[in-house]
Amino acid sequence: MKFLALVDCDNFYASCERVFRPDLRQKPIVVLSNNDGCVIARSKEAKAMGIKMGIPWFKVKNAYLAQGGKVFSSNFALYGDLSKRVMNILDGMVKRMEVYSIDEAFLDLQHIQQPNQAYEFGVYCRNTIRQWVGIPVRIGIAPTKTLAKVASHVAKNKRGGAGVCCLSGKKDIAHILKAISVDEVWGVGHRLSKQLNQLGTYSAYDLMQMDIRLIRKKFSVVLERTVRELRGESCIQIEDHSDPKKQIVVSRSFRGRIDNLDLLKPLISNFAVRAGEKLRHEKQKCSQVSVFIATSRFQKTSQHRGFNSFHFPYPIDDTRSILMGANKALNKAFKNGYPYAKAGILLSHFSHPTFIQQSLFKAADHEHLKQDTHLMQTIDSLNSNQTQIYYASQHPAGLSPIQKQMVSPKYTTNWWDLPQTK
Amino acid sequence: MTINYLGLISASDLPASFTKFFVEPVSVGFPSPANDYLESPIDLNKYLIKNGAATFLVRVSGDSMLNANIADQAILIVDRSLKPKHGSIVVASLDGDFVCKRLQLKPRLCLLPENPKYEPIYIQHGQDLDIMGTVTAAINKFE
Repeated sequence: MKFLALVDCDNFYASCERVFRPDLRQKPIVVLSNNDGCVIARSKEAKAMGIKMGIPWFKVKNAYLAQGGKVFSSNFALYGDLSKRVMNILDGMVKRMEVYSIDEAFLDLQHIQQPNQAYEFGVYCRNTIRQWVGIPVRIGIAPTKTLAKVASHVAKNKRGGAGVCCLSGKKDIAHILKAISVDEVWGVGHRLSKQLNQLGTYSAYDLMQMDIRLIRKKFSVVLERTVRELRGESCIQIEDHSDPKKQIVVSRSFRGRIDNLDLLKPLISNFAVRAGEKLRHEKQKCSQVSVFIATSRFQKTSQHRGFNSFHFPYPIDDTRSILMGANKALNKAFKNGYPYAKAGILLSHFSHPTFIQQSLFKAADHEHLKQDTHLMQTIDSLNSNQTQIYYASQHPAGLSPIQKQMVSPKYTTNWWDLPQTK
Repeated sequence: MTINYLGLISASDLPASFTKFFVEPVSVGFPSPANDYLESPIDLNKYLIKNGAATFLVRVSGDSMLNANIADQAILIVDRSLKPKHGSIVVASLDGDFVCKRLQLKPRLCLLPENPKYEPIYIQHGQDLDIMGTVTAAINKFE
């Protein structure tokens, strides 16, 4: 039998905050998004206090702190370093793995045939990461990715369990799928599960029992793949090369409210410049630039959410083009008379930069392209430490500085922030 | 003031003498005789760190480990993957604080300082002791 494992760090950001703060064991911890806007991670204790994922911090702040909860601004230098350590350890244990996100990875357990061996590997893996890095993980093991997700779900909820769950026998799998509602299955979203409910499909087991032909006809081959995976037929392979990004987003909530287009433009320009840097860093080109602006959902005034895109005839990575596209899109997305609280820019429709789709109407001028690339490289390298070269439409203060009042030290990436003995 | 826009300049607009700068072949000298013997420079990371994923740096404050050659402000290399033994120097968290001491397992669990000015710390029942990792080296900087 073939096995895959999904390794998933428990409440990753909150767990990271605990690694160098032994005094915070068993204490409720929440981590906030950029600008300290919303709760993006919660320790088990904070979840037990009823703090919901994504809730705006100001709504729960007073009650949470009064009950002795701890709060941190996000510290991505720390989370990134600890994630890299976890992934390195896993990489040393198996021949093939796929880093699925900052806190999840799929492992190919090709060296293991027996379910009990797979389970033992899971326990070993979990103990090693716990000991070496100090991060608790749970491990779901099964013949397919979709079932490994289910197993990880079970490992999380198993009371007093080892944090490891191995699903193998047909009977065991069926038994567990009956207890899992269809919207919890990997790849089945909220909308899809509503449609499935209408057909009398409520549990993951119901979904597994559905007729494959009906699924393909009524839904999609993607859902067909999910059903096959639930039946133990591996359809989604482990991708050991990391997938290039499909889009780049730069967005911020404003500290105040902005209702004036002239004030908004320089901020959007800042986002566009940052997005352009990210795009070139990823060695991508995009052919669509979109702008979105929104009023605050938590305000009683009238609401407006604007979104508009500018499409280029050929892929670009030049900040000047992005700025031009962003400006046009913003003019269309903007509506007068609303207090905007958030805005952002999105680059999409990527293609690889060495491959330039020739436009029928505008022949690409290679010499100019080379010069433009050179100019962007020069500006990027000059700006790599601190912005020195601004585009004329930018806000002079650069990206509005991210507000992070409660950020923990960069324990592992900065000499001045090392943990200290007493 | 008037500005005339002349358009963009590309390499083909430049006079030929501009682009062909080196007319004569350039002398490159005799290749270095050391080229065949190139080795990478000595790497302190390799010397000090065996298991990078499990190694953390910790700064010492205080002189309680002075006789073990660990001065105030020394940087400790702490390897979490090594099982602490009787006599290992460890970083442990004791009631929520990190301390660096020598671990004594027998006859009684105890954290020993390496400076007569300080008393051994006997772990009382119900006290929270957690060994973070084994100290494999200490770096004392003099300047």
